[in-house]
Amino acid sequence: MLKNRIIPCLDVKNGRVVKGINFIDLKDAGDPVEQAKIYSDGGADEICFLDITASNENRDTIYDVVDRTSKKCFVPLTVGGGVRSVEDINKLLNCGADKVSINTAAVQNAKVVEDSSRKFGSQCIVVAIDAKRKDGGWEIFTHGGRNSTGINALEFASKMEKCGAGELLVTSMDKDGTQSGYDIELTQKISSMVNIPVIASGGVGTLDHLVDGIKSGASAVLAASIFHYGTYSVNQAKQYLASKDIPVRI
Amino acid sequence: MNVTIVDYNSGNISSVINSFKEVAKDKVNIEVTSDLNKIKSSDKVVLPGQGSFKSCVDALNNISGLVDTLNEFAIDNKKPLLGICVGLQMFADVGYEEIETKGLGWISGKVSKIDNQNGKYKLPHIGWNELNIVKDSKIFKGIENNSHMYFVHSYELIPNDKNVVSAITDYSSNIVCSIEKENIFGTQFHPEKSDKAGLKIIDNFINL
Repeated sequence: MLKNRIIPCLDVKNGRVVKGINFIDLKDAGDPVEQAKIYSDGGADEICFLDITASNENRDTIYDVVDRTSKKCFVPLTVGGGVRSVEDINKLLNCGADKVSINTAAVQNAKVVEDSSRKFGSQCIVVAIDAKRKDGGWEIFTHGGRNSTGINALEFASKMEKCGAGELLVTSMDKDGTQSGYDIELTQKISSMVNIPVIASGGVGTLDHLVDGIKSGASAVLAASIFHYGTYSVNQAKQYLASKDIPVRI
Repeated sequence: MNVTIVDYNSGNISSVINSFKEVAKDKVNIEVTSDLNKIKSSDKVVLPGQGSFKSCVDALNNISGLVDTLNEFAIDNKKPLLGICVGLQMFADVGYEEIETKGLGWISGKVSKIDNQNGKYKLPHIGWNELNIVKDSKIFKGIENNSHMYFVHSYELIPNDKNVVSAITDYSSNIVCSIEKENIFGTQFHPEKSDKAGLKIIDNFINL
């Protein structure tokens, strides 16, 4: 039986780990390579790096981080943030990323998703959807949640599946950093609509939130703060999910 | 000893390279090349593969003489070869991803899309699934049954002769996750991404 995945996410800025509250107020807390290794040794099913300020700044540091991590961690590594082109994706993959997540570029030019999934395979193309509630639905945001687009998140999710995305990483902007749980309705709506796996993201504060995320139809749950600040270990999270009869790799 | 990872523009092979180098340390030389002479003279060959069946077969055919060299290595000289993911799938006679495409024909059978039972199962099959070992395989030495391996694929190999299958996994139906036929080995999962158990499989292959 396929297991539900727990994916710790590390927000990286200038080659260092940070975790933002609602994408601002960054705290510097460590070396991403060491953190990733701790996670993979602790049973993380995948590791995710998000280069948060990459859309605006020089991002060459991330290539070195990815290169060093991929030589130490032998679980899948997803890297996102500031990925603009097929060439950026190629560079990250060559450094050792297994999947690349695309956010702003996918919204601005769906062809990037089409071209890259054709060139590298859908398996390595994750589309990151940052969604915020609006008028009874959800609107997507770009540039790390700074810019509104007026685009409906559900329609966009469907479009990205058709363009060749292998997975969707769905983050609730309303919930991110609040530790009050995923936007369950959003996860449910999108995962029941598409036939590709959905990763729930944004808002985890307790282990029950992870359970809720899986029960809402997500194939994987992503969390940052609860692991990063040591509130829970990845193994504790897995044991808890298992105790709730959710299949996990232990 | 020389182990060659065939670099034929089949997509991202850096994780395969990193994992083999991690396991090999300084004891075994890991070459990454499409140079036919180097492939011929190596002791073992790894054939990775990402993307579609068709794109991988096309990429193999784009390197003049490569398919002949692989045939000579694995079929005539019976030297150990490990196919990973689409690398394994290409062993089949034919694949149906994008368009009907002829494979290497080493394992009689076909590669078809996994039956998602009208959307009941998400595709790609992404994540950790259990290895159900159905036959002893040299690459599973020291690997416990029901170990978890990392999968990412939408197509499956369906061999005509089930005796080549060394392990299956349960996703929609029983999917072939590894094969062993004499000197030819293949894994549908990614040992290079399957943590310690995956590295052990790589170690087993290197030490065959």
